[in-house]
Amino acid sequence: MGTDGAAGQHPALQARGLIKEFRGFRAVDGVDLAVAAGSVHALVGPNGAGKTTLFNLLTGFAPPTAGRIEVAGVDVTGLAPEGFARRGVARSFQITSLFGQLTALEHVELALQSGSSLGWKFWRSAKLMRRYTPRAMELLDMVGLADLAGTTADALAYGRKRALELALALALEPSVLLLDEPTAGMGLEDVDRTVALIAAIRAGRTVVMVEHNMSVVGALADRVTVLQSGRVLVEGPYDEVRADERVITAYLGEGAVRAAHS
Amino acid sequence: MSTTIETQGVRAEPGAASEPGRAGGTIVPRWLRWTLAGAAVLVALWLPNGLYPTVAVDIACWALFAVAVDLLLGYTGLMSFGHAAFWGTSAYATGLAAIHWGLPFPAAVLVGALAAVVLAVPVGYLAVKRVGIYFAMVTLAFAQMVYYIANQWRSVTQGENGLQRVPRELFGLDLTDEYFFYYAALPIVAGGLFLVWRAVHSPFGRVLVAIRDNPARARALGYPVHRYKLAAFLLSAFTAGLGGGLFAIGHRFVSLDVLHWTTSGKAVIIVVLGGIGTLWGPVVGAAGVTRLEDWLSFAGFEQIGLVTGAIFVLAVLIFRRGVWGTVAHWLRRRG
Repeated sequence: MGTDGAAGQHPALQARGLIKEFRGFRAVDGVDLAVAAGSVHALVGPNGAGKTTLFNLLTGFAPPTAGRIEVAGVDVTGLAPEGFARRGVARSFQITSLFGQLTALEHVELALQSGSSLGWKFWRSAKLMRRYTPRAMELLDMVGLADLAGTTADALAYGRKRALELALALALEPSVLLLDEPTAGMGLEDVDRTVALIAAIRAGRTVVMVEHNMSVVGALADRVTVLQSGRVLVEGPYDEVRADERVITAYLGEGAVRAAHS
Repeated sequence: MSTTIETQGVRAEPGAASEPGRAGGTIVPRWLRWTLAGAAVLVALWLPNGLYPTVAVDIACWALFAVAVDLLLGYTGLMSFGHAAFWGTSAYATGLAAIHWGLPFPAAVLVGALAAVVLAVPVGYLAVKRVGIYFAMVTLAFAQMVYYIANQWRSVTQGENGLQRVPRELFGLDLTDEYFFYYAALPIVAGGLFLVWRAVHSPFGRVLVAIRDNPARARALGYPVHRYKLAAFLLSAFTAGLGGGLFAIGHRFVSLDVLHWTTSGKAVIIVVLGGIGTLWGPVVGAAGVTRLEDWLSFAGFEQIGLVTGAIFVLAVLIFRRGVWGTVAHWLRRRG
């Protein structure tokens, strides 16, 4: 991987000179990022490095102070989140973010409906949404939630909520899938399931993920971008990045490098 | 604020659903729902025989108004504190259309409701970009502005004198008797209530509930949240306008009271008392509050606001789900 692949000349998702300032503080400070089509690209870095802010910029949840974002070569800078979603950029949330009183099935039906105009039809019966039920059940089955289709999101266990997050993102048929810490707070068993699931759904898609768990990054990522203080510290294949002195310093401090050399 | 309001007192439990995979509409068994709907129709048809017909008309108007507010508060998570602007604008527009154009009253009410929608476009456009208390403040500010304009624009609104002698025309039928007017107005009321019921149980309504529960997530799914909120706002303004227009025809008089902020407040109180996010609740609340106010004023009690206010405080403290929300909750726990 690392080439532009079959999807065309352009990276699936590209950021150029991206800056985000909060009252003079630069959370993202001139980030250039090119995510090759069909690759899995991990964003890592210590807390406060600007990963989540960058994620919000790349999905329209925050407008950049300066810089440019392109999806498959098309400028999308300044679009609202729903605009990114309609251009095939779907995201999950780090803190699980669902509709508390709707069932798992209703969640996925809503996601499947979002591309059509059915959602505007206030004079039609909600039963029309059943046209999405078969596909919704397929997606729930894919993430292992078929048995819990009738459970409201509030009543789902944590790991199941994360699985539903993934089903929602997949329902949008995204070309670029952004996953914000997909294994955060999970037990080992759920982590393994999620890694297997991402490995399965990456086919034909581009995946960008923020992830702290290095074994997850190692198992999935083609390329890794390390952020520090809002800037790109290192970018490259996982094995190269892991061995990079600057990365070890960023994570563990100067002492760790000296210890590694002694 | 929109997140702290307990919007639906009812929630489906996984195993309790008559149809797997759905939360909506499974709380009350089907036969009971039909029985309730039938009973509601009978009560609506009987009402002016058991109550003073003027009060029956008032109940119908306030029911429309309260259900309109509930569409926003209960199903979209937006607390409007300025809905008197739509109720009152429609009352004036309806009155003027009936006086100057001599329209049959259903047409005049439609003109009024459409006037309310026209006003709701700019108000809603600016308001839906705010959430919680800020949304309430924007709607209140606009309502106060409309009140001020109506007060100053005497050549049209007659200022404090109000619009007098609003005609009640319907193809030459004699509707001066409130009893007959109630039945003539009933189809409009039923139509307005059906409109909101339909919207709540439509694909659109499902999107609204999603927006209420989690607007950011709805946007990430590709839904233009502001536009959906604006559409709900317009629907709500239209329904409130139907109520306000009928209110003007029913009283044959429009005063500045219809635009006063206490009118907005009363609508919210009715919804909270009846049960937010239940549709039935606001109808029951409208009947209860209107009946109570009539009874108090008949008994010569001056401080009506004191009583309704006290009941409101008690309801918020003790029955947070409102009358209907409490009943539905109780039914669900038994069933």
